[in-house]
Amino acid sequence: MRDAVARFVHDGDAVVIEGFTHLICFAAGHEIIRQRRRDLTLARLTPDLIYDQMIGAGCARKLVFSWAGNPGVGSLHAFRRAVEGVGTRDSGLEIEEYSHFGMVARFAAGAARLPFWPLRDYMGTDLPRANPRIRSVTCPYTGEDLATVPALNPDVTIVHAQRADADGNTQIWGLLGVQREAAFASERVIIVVEELVDEQLIRSDPNRTVIPGMVVDAVVVEPWGAHPSYAQGYYDRDNDFYVAWEDVSRSPERLARYLDEFVYGVPDRAAYLKKQPQVARLKAKQRVSQGVNYGF
Amino acid sequence: MAAVAARELADGEVVFVGIGLPNLACNLARATHAPRLVLIYESGAVGAVPERLPVSIGDPALVTGSLMVCGMADVFQCILQNGRVEVGFLGGAQVDRYGNINTTVIGPYARPKVRLPGSGGAAEIAIHAQRTLIVAKLGPRVFPERVDFVTSPGLRPAGRTRGELRMPGAGPVKVITDKAILEPDEATGEMVLAALYPGVSVPDVQAGVGWSLRCRPGLAPVAPPTAQELRLLRDVLDPKRLFLRQ
Repeated sequence: MRDAVARFVHDGDAVVIEGFTHLICFAAGHEIIRQRRRDLTLARLTPDLIYDQMIGAGCARKLVFSWAGNPGVGSLHAFRRAVEGVGTRDSGLEIEEYSHFGMVARFAAGAARLPFWPLRDYMGTDLPRANPRIRSVTCPYTGEDLATVPALNPDVTIVHAQRADADGNTQIWGLLGVQREAAFASERVIIVVEELVDEQLIRSDPNRTVIPGMVVDAVVVEPWGAHPSYAQGYYDRDNDFYVAWEDVSRSPERLARYLDEFVYGVPDRAAYLKKQPQVARLKAKQRVSQGVNYGF
Repeated sequence: MAAVAARELADGEVVFVGIGLPNLACNLARATHAPRLVLIYESGAVGAVPERLPVSIGDPALVTGSLMVCGMADVFQCILQNGRVEVGFLGGAQVDRYGNINTTVIGPYARPKVRLPGSGGAAEIAIHAQRTLIVAKLGPRVFPERVDFVTSPGLRPAGRTRGELRMPGAGPVKVITDKAILEPDEATGEMVLAALYPGVSVPDVQAGVGWSLRCRPGLAPVAPPTAQELRLLRDVLDPKRLFLRQ
């Protein structure tokens, strides 16, 4: 992880760590904080705790998003301080805001290398006034006015997955979010996996491959790398941590102490995990699917 | 509120579920009169049958046993924009006279007093679902005459009708609160008092609404939750009171 971040994530980059509640790569976020990257444009549908931590650590210049809360719990307070503190010492975070459909469409355009994506959305909302990059186009076939959003082509996208082979052929199951589109849209892609597997295992179930190795630049093996989010079939969300974050992030001092202990204070993910004895009870139960016949 | 919301769902309908109370309502409906309700979550779970109350909209329990799990591009393009969602649930920090909802900012956008999470999928649910149900507790700050920011359009955003704005869905058909149900006036789109919970008076409701609330002639009473609904909510669906307490 240290090498992948050092090589592929640079100051000033547009960085995407995707994963909708599921498979959020905290391991990569923590390594970016540890390597003290600065002036990043962070994009994600749901900034979640990981971007709150990166904002709190001073990595971000700009945030691109569609829903900035603590899912099922409350607020992201480092984010709120930065946005509500306009004109104070906490200010300085630029924001660019869409809805989920808008962000999904931006990644779809980016993946297809088109300049924009049309969608039937935003009529009657104040979002286009808040974000002038939400525009419209007249359909050349029907004459209908359609909303448009610009392509999002990140410098680097980081995707956590259950498994991949050494070439980066990546299999994900459970909630898929926009990882496929984000990876295809990106200039560089880092895959972080629970397990590195043989190419033969990937080939035995090709429909489960979400990201092909041709777009992948690095594969990092980091078990429990999505904690405190979850990995279907591996471990559940550490919801107690999400609940506790409400109070931690509310206080800049407590947030700084958290980063000191669990991010700056550990050299890597293995050391972080030693400080998380509670993860043992999060291990997933067995619910194995029936396989299919790929024969012909 | 959860029991009242559950009654609005018909068996076999396709419903776009939000977290919290809507999620309770949908699972209560599934456990009672609507076992074939198709629950869709914006995270990509279609036909979810959660074995535990999901703590978030992306809970792994939504995946296990569901009919389909798809990427979010498919959820928004092939299901929602395609017109397949019959009912959408919406809530928010502010709901106004015309059912416009604000989940973005309190105060001006550039210098917000309170920064809220934003749209998520709510804006497009409000636009595309064939009908929407709004769930919110009454209070003068929650129900102002006009929202500070229209995140999810109701019946007269910016003074124009949904038809003029070419929105596919019909918009809010009911606002379910903790004391009463509001419904849009057919001619004007204004939310009017349609039904009262037991023991609630018209002034009780007016006290929680920031505009001069008109009443439907012949206010309907809302039946209280049945013993079975209460048992399911308290003992089966939310035994830890994650959402019922709110």
